[in-house]
Amino acid sequence: MSTPGEMGTEAWPLWEVFVRANRGLSHVHVGSLHAPDPDMAVRNARDVYTRRNEGVSIWVVPADAITTSDPDAKGAFFESPAGKNYRHARYYVKSEGVKHL
Amino acid sequence: MSGTDFDTHGGDLDVHGQVSVDEVELAEELAGAGITGTGATASADAAEYALRLGDDALMLAQQLGMWIARAPELEEDVALGNIGLDLIGHARSLLHYAGTASGRSEDDLAYWRDEPEWRNAWLFEQPNGDFAHTIARQLVAASYLVELYAALAESTDPTLAAIAAKAVKEVDYHRDHATQWTLRLAGGTEESRRRMVVAIADTWPYIDELFVDDELVERLAADRVAVLPSTLRPGFDAVLDAVMAEAELEPPTGRTAFVASGGGRRGSHTEHLGPLLAEMQVLARQHPGASW
Repeated sequence: MSTPGEMGTEAWPLWEVFVRANRGLSHVHVGSLHAPDPDMAVRNARDVYTRRNEGVSIWVVPADAITTSDPDAKGAFFESPAGKNYRHARYYVKSEGVKHL
Repeated sequence: MSGTDFDTHGGDLDVHGQVSVDEVELAEELAGAGITGTGATASADAAEYALRLGDDALMLAQQLGMWIARAPELEEDVALGNIGLDLIGHARSLLHYAGTASGRSEDDLAYWRDEPEWRNAWLFEQPNGDFAHTIARQLVAASYLVELYAALAESTDPTLAAIAAKAVKEVDYHRDHATQWTLRLAGGTEESRRRMVVAIADTWPYIDELFVDDELVERLAADRVAVLPSTLRPGFDAVLDAVMAEAELEPPTGRTAFVASGGGRRGSHTEHLGPLLAEMQVLARQHPGASW
């Protein structure tokens, strides 16, 4: 599978960057960058994505290690929940007398 | 749902505490200048010392800025730009403090001094060269600055100590950045290794000047205001030797091992400082008092 954004002409491989903003939060995908190896990728991520004090932890993942869902199969993949409102908690009416909801 | 159920959320009963993702806290811009932004007044000697350190930082920052949009990759534009901005921060704090002794601002000192009044060591005014030359200069400069600021953080001058305590964490990263690149260029292709070897040989002559003691630092060091440069050499050598060994690089020897005479601390400079100053100062001098 081809990697999104990968042209095949870059000298350095592409890395996906995940930053954790605070203790107790998850790492969140913030973007991608080029770097020759994992050590440099972490340093580049620090320089590109945490310049304004955004993070306390960084993960980098080789972009070609990520398997993505097929953008052309959006219908088959993601449209099935439509009309199934009962899968949302707000579909249900709160019973009388239940507190702290 | 009744409103009272929600009221407990923001109150003392919130067991999760405050978790904030996007809270921006702007820290003070000038380290050591205190909350008022003015801070202490430097003695004449301390001002001259701060000028040396500030000029080192500012000239290196000015050089690194020239890499923006010209580095091998966009990521490296940002890395070198960030390092330059760290150094501008050090220069601002140091020049601000230096200026308190003579009633001059950081901008007065940056834009309105001519070549003989600059106190930076020669290393910091040497041109960028190719990427390997910039990395070699960064390796030497950052390794020296880490030793300097780590020691200066213990200064009896609270302003210098505060500036150094903030700067040491930043130059530590600069040293790591330069080390990583030294290892990769030296261990990369035949061409990258050749360039790294040349860059080390061209940078080496400017090391000794960094560690020369003179009367000013001896006076200041007696009161533990300044750090004697000569005392920083063993730590610097140990770090550089380790990087060079890992990169399988040799310090220049024999005919190629010459030492530049130096003199930057007295205002004597190489031919590279003039053009650097011209570019940095031209706008401020053409439009005195301009603000933006």
